[in-house]
Amino acid sequence: MIEWREEGVLLSARPHGEAHSIAEALTVGHGRVAGLVHGGQSRKKAAMMQPGTQLDLSFRARSEDALGTLSAEPMRSRAHLMGERRPLAALNAATALLRFALPEGEAHPRLYRATMRLLDGLGDAGWELGYLEWEVLLLEEAGFALDLSRCAVTGATDGLAFVSPKTGRAVTEAGAGGYAGRLLPLPPVLRGGDGGPAEVAEGLRVTGHFLARSLGAALGRQLPEARARLLDALERDGRP
Amino acid sequence: MTGFGHNSEDEAEGRIEALAEMMARLPGLGPRSARRAVLHMLQRRDLLMTPLADAMHDVAAAARECVQCGNLSTAETCAICREERRANGEICVVEDVASLWAMERAGAFRGRYHVLGGLLSALDNVGPDDLRIPRLRGRIADEGVREVILALPATVDGQTTAHYVADAVEGSATVSTLAQGVPVGGELDYLDDGTIGAALRARRSL
Repeated sequence: MIEWREEGVLLSARPHGEAHSIAEALTVGHGRVAGLVHGGQSRKKAAMMQPGTQLDLSFRARSEDALGTLSAEPMRSRAHLMGERRPLAALNAATALLRFALPEGEAHPRLYRATMRLLDGLGDAGWELGYLEWEVLLLEEAGFALDLSRCAVTGATDGLAFVSPKTGRAVTEAGAGGYAGRLLPLPPVLRGGDGGPAEVAEGLRVTGHFLARSLGAALGRQLPEARARLLDALERDGRP
Repeated sequence: MTGFGHNSEDEAEGRIEALAEMMARLPGLGPRSARRAVLHMLQRRDLLMTPLADAMHDVAAAARECVQCGNLSTAETCAICREERRANGEICVVEDVASLWAMERAGAFRGRYHVLGGLLSALDNVGPDDLRIPRLRGRIADEGVREVILALPATVDGQTTAHYVADAVEGSATVSTLAQGVPVGGELDYLDDGTIGAALRARRSL
């Protein structure tokens, strides 16, 4: 019998029969986990079974391969985000990307902690930049880290202007030479610069390229639509 | 005797069994309650079972989506859309027909409805193209709608859809949404913290 108890954040809950749910959660020690929640569709548990809710989870399964059961107690609701369009879009995008990118049962403690910081800060000033940094970390944890510290061609650390769409490494204007047209522009926000929704949207177009090209291609899946809706919302708000 | 060694009595019992199995697929019924329902109907064959079968046959043949709002009806346009008094400039947007029926049960809304046919869902890959949002835009223009009331679930998917619809109809009508907070008969001690938070944010002066 496999048994553990730890804190986690709910990523999704799908109806199972008339009364129960199959829930997916991200935990610090066991990564992404799925399990049956008895009575998960009940009115009593409805508020708790919303993506983004922080839960005290107890997991039991007969073996590694069997679907386990999850018992959950609510710890912190993130229902306040439901009234805010862009933070809610970011919550949807983050939970959908975690389900998209992470294999089951693989712990990513750094990403877990970053996800908690992201979800707790959604709606606060500058949260959009925090979301972009979180996507950069997600790429890194999934094995497709960007290297934006120096030019892949010249080694220079100043004047970085592009990103190679194949390697994810930064390139300077001089290093790009005649290939500039084939490279992705490197937005200043990805080099630690400040910016609002429009600048963050530019950064997300770069991370989106690698999420789709590297991770999506490796998994044989399309990026979740929730991420496209977040990008759209940021672009709309960034328009003059 | 049939070709497989069953007699006609076995065959009749098999049909009753098949009926119970079909009934057990209905929401709220399990195998035992389905058997009880079948037995109940068989004991009231003329009063209940035959009229029920006729009614189901009729509705199965005639039921369709209202071309205006998406409600279920046996006519091309549902009774609510046909009623002139309900063209009061307000449209209530709901997820599905069950929500429309719940609103009608409450009897608090006297305008017309628009059934989206689902919610945006990251989990089920339901996108805007799968919902009846373009038709809503058309109705706002055609029916002189002043206010769009979003009566969508207080869930992540429900509110994501509400924000999307609000953006989609922006500028063509006033958009409002149902309040969230303490339910009638609710005691604070038993409420989840999300509901208490929503109620506090939506407080009003007395």
